[in-house]
Amino acid sequence: MPPDQTLEEILSLAASHFKVPREKLSPDDDFFKTLGIDSLQTLDLLTRLEHHFQIELPDYELQGVSDFRTLATRIQARL
Amino acid sequence: MNHSQGDSLSWDLKDGVIELALHRAPCNELGSLTLDEFEKFANALKNLAHEAHALIIHSTLSSGFCAGADLRELYHRSQQMAKGEAIKGVREFLERTHRVLNAIDAAPLTTIAAVHGVAFGGGFELALVCDLIIADKMARFCFPELRLGLIPGFGGIPRLKRDLGNSVVRDLLLTGRSFNVTKMQSVGLVSQVVAEGEVLKLARATAAQIGKFDRHTAIAAKQFIKPIPYEELRREIDIFCELFSRPSVEAGLRKFVESTDAQPYLP
Repeated sequence: MPPDQTLEEILSLAASHFKVPREKLSPDDDFFKTLGIDSLQTLDLLTRLEHHFQIELPDYELQGVSDFRTLATRIQARL
Repeated sequence: MNHSQGDSLSWDLKDGVIELALHRAPCNELGSLTLDEFEKFANALKNLAHEAHALIIHSTLSSGFCAGADLRELYHRSQQMAKGEAIKGVREFLERTHRVLNAIDAAPLTTIAAVHGVAFGGGFELALVCDLIIADKMARFCFPELRLGLIPGFGGIPRLKRDLGNSVVRDLLLTGRSFNVTKMQSVGLVSQVVAEGEVLKLARATAAQIGKFDRHTAIAAKQFIKPIPYEELRREIDIFCELFSRPSVEAGLRKFVESTDAQPYLP
């Protein structure tokens, strides 16, 4: 999957699940702030991303990651 | 009494099935209030079990099944006590929790954990006392205790050790459903898969290997893996209390309580 498509699918999934208009999300947004999610919702997002991309993404891979673009590179590395 | 409504949990017996619902926000953290109510349930279960054939434990909260022990309560309570007193309090809490979980574990009916969302730490351990764990696709299981300098304290390690393997047998036995070979291998029940027509050849080779071992030892090995791990459960409490006395635990609890991190369960 091309990296741009991975990023777009993450943005679309996040917008859809957390009910935020897609156009409000940008690749370099801090997704915790933009989506307004807490620790349990972060786990929920992680699980949805794993299912969507059919990958295993250990929690620690997301430590320190707060923007969609970096998240996409971590996921891309496991596709 | 076929029904009870508590602040943390409620239960209801209907048509031979007890449904135990967890509903303490934010995510069913297991603290002293919940333990009090679990103890009442465990007492009631002695009689309920005569009328029921199954127990389902589930959460009514969208946040998940159970996020584990109430670490905020643990931290704040231990801050109000001298060290020795705090350790004694923790031991008592663990022993009470173990009595409840052992009672559910040994209950003479089929127990089912219906898990959605997080089943972390004590929540995972609660699920592990059940005969079957049924989970939705968004469920997540984790033992985050080491990030506090602790081990799981509600029987998680001995039960996981016990259940990896035979929980699958219980599922097959108690539900009667069928698994395909891919499923069987993924859960560890099928150790090897070979091409069509090759299975007898492989079986014979495996039998030849097994025949090299002493029969008495092989039986002892089988028996060792099956008993309920009461001794390990008691040892777990000792280890937990020993670890709890270390200063790093207090620091870890404080960090967790004060954390605004999105992944506070990671070190």
